[in-house]
Amino acid sequence: MDDALLLALQLLAATIRVATPLVLAAFAGMYCERSGVVDIGLEGKMLAGAFFAAAVASATVNPWLGLLAGIAAGVALALIHGFACITHNGNQVVSGMAINILVAGLAPTLAYAWFKQGGQTPLLPAEARLPAVELPGVEALSGVPVLGPVCRELLNGNNILIWVTLVVVIATHWVLYRSRFGLRLRAVGENPAAVDTAGLSVTRLRYQALLVTGALTGMAGAYLSTGHGAGFVRDMTAGKGYLALAALIFGKWRPGPTLFACLLFAFTDAVQVRLQGVALPGIGVIPVQFIQMLPYVLTVLLLAGFVGKAIAPKASGIPYVKER
Amino acid sequence: MPVKNPVRGNPGEAVVLSGSGKGQPGAVPGWVGYALLPVLNLVAAFALSGLVILVIGENPVDVLSLMLSEALGYPEAIGYTLYYTTDYVFTGLAVAIAFHCGLFNIGGEGQAYLGGLGAGLVALALTGWPWPVVALLAVLASALFGAAWAFIPAWLQAKRGSHIVITTIMFNFIAASIMTWLLVDVLIRPGSQSPETREFDPGVWLPSMDRALGWFGITIPSSPLNLSFLWALACCGLFHLFLRHTRWGYELRTVGRNERAAVYAGISPSRNIVIAMLISGALAGFVGVNEILGVQHRVILNFTGGVGFVGIAVALMGRNHPVGIILAALLFGVLAQGGGQVSFEYPTINRELVMVIQGLVILFAGAMENLFKPQVEALFRRLFRRRTAVTEAGRG
Repeated sequence: MDDALLLALQLLAATIRVATPLVLAAFAGMYCERSGVVDIGLEGKMLAGAFFAAAVASATVNPWLGLLAGIAAGVALALIHGFACITHNGNQVVSGMAINILVAGLAPTLAYAWFKQGGQTPLLPAEARLPAVELPGVEALSGVPVLGPVCRELLNGNNILIWVTLVVVIATHWVLYRSRFGLRLRAVGENPAAVDTAGLSVTRLRYQALLVTGALTGMAGAYLSTGHGAGFVRDMTAGKGYLALAALIFGKWRPGPTLFACLLFAFTDAVQVRLQGVALPGIGVIPVQFIQMLPYVLTVLLLAGFVGKAIAPKASGIPYVKER
Repeated sequence: MPVKNPVRGNPGEAVVLSGSGKGQPGAVPGWVGYALLPVLNLVAAFALSGLVILVIGENPVDVLSLMLSEALGYPEAIGYTLYYTTDYVFTGLAVAIAFHCGLFNIGGEGQAYLGGLGAGLVALALTGWPWPVVALLAVLASALFGAAWAFIPAWLQAKRGSHIVITTIMFNFIAASIMTWLLVDVLIRPGSQSPETREFDPGVWLPSMDRALGWFGITIPSSPLNLSFLWALACCGLFHLFLRHTRWGYELRTVGRNERAAVYAGISPSRNIVIAMLISGALAGFVGVNEILGVQHRVILNFTGGVGFVGIAVALMGRNHPVGIILAALLFGVLAQGGGQVSFEYPTINRELVMVIQGLVILFAGAMENLFKPQVEALFRRLFRRRTAVTEAGRG
């Protein structure tokens, strides 16, 4: 019984660790897609955040400056995306694609030139990484049957950004559905002409959304390189930006379901590590690749309307051109 | 304002339309759209790339000129450049035909990967057969596999309205997982550690260009360039014939330009979406012939290395026209070959620099293609007005 509980808790803790960057990136995507700007460049912004956070943290031995640098990198790329798609009515998919390719080249190129370690940053010492939060009173509770292990395995020692992510999730829900900005944001993604008629600037709102997107993706990257990991390595995001995009769609562009999708995808990842080579009763060994592709298959099925129906914000992907 | 199907998102319509300013008041000459603006965008992209090279502490002019001479300066280099060009022509055409139907095929990567599997399976099965037969069947198989991989997203778009950009992205990842599984667990050479199939029998390899030209007594230095280059050029011709001189091509373009008009004219959008994506997938699949049958001679992991994405840039730069696509593919071929060589010469530069340039080219030529348009058009209009003013003054 205790072993089972321990295993479940460890699995859950692993799920949360894997889910954190996904949640940050997916919620980042939620802001801009809800405002009507499609962003497949989450991956690139995250990678840039990871690189610049690690580079600055490594140079200054200050993780907070690193976090700021990561956020700044994400925001800068988001502004480029905005400049191309909002100001110049460019193709949003092409712009996102370009940012992904650009960063996939730029991060290792700069790392190679600056640190001369084959495209990665040096291993960060503990004081250059974002700290874990040690909760008080865990020792005192360790004897308590269920609560003790829960505190020890699940709640204690989590990276500070995991708690920040929790705040981001709750805040996003509040912002989207309870704040004036959120109402306008949702409106501009559904019917920009109406928002324009109401005397609000579509351009301004979409840029604001992209600023949030950039900041959150940068944070997701910083978590990868200075929180979860200890330094930037080549291709660090490994498709997590696309997975976040899938989670966002799977969650139908809504905070609660998106959070659930991220946790589900992260859980399959955590399980897959443990299922390698293990024969399941009645099924046999499932090749690990099949578990890895599960999130993508699920998303396709959802998009096809076989499991529920994903309806995107109506104006997403369409540049807004004022009628004259 | 044109009404767009929101589910279909934002296909390359603007790209298709740009440069055709005929009939509009104050129109600028056509070549501004398809020649001057792309060149300006390219200059901007290279200027920024130069800045990146400056940041990492090298002289941009030296690096870029070395890149050019290492890609085009001697026969062997040209062979390598054209080998890369072959891939990019295939994927560029694949993206372009989808664009013509108003679709954004971002899944060229996965379709090329599966195409390579098709070509590889044929080559593995037909040991001992003459190479022309194997080549023909491999071309068919790679087209079939690539098209099959494009069919599902196409069908889902046509019948269920699933956004093709997202489904093709997802299918890239699914293809990668399936191929890893096949190569690690199923097709792996028995007793081998590395995830790849056995090498094909040399008799079924697609002859390299130096070997083929050797039959006619012409000697060129050896390079990965092989006969699939000729097939790529032939595909450009077929692409043009199909699109501009057949009824199917006309229907396909009509759907791309205006879906409502197509329906009104009795053309089925969903049928044409599927047709466009099948052709697109088949074209992307031909990358497998070049890479697997022509160069690697075995099925390996990740042989595509981003060609599907470069294809988007090629199609955008080439304005979805075969001639433009060949030129743009050549440009990216030069980048791929020259960039690889530069990394040997400069200790501070690695291969990824090419991706920086690629990304910037896509950004400027694709997403910000209208960056200089207002200024350039204003300039031309002013020139034009002055000229008419002068003639009128002369008349008066």
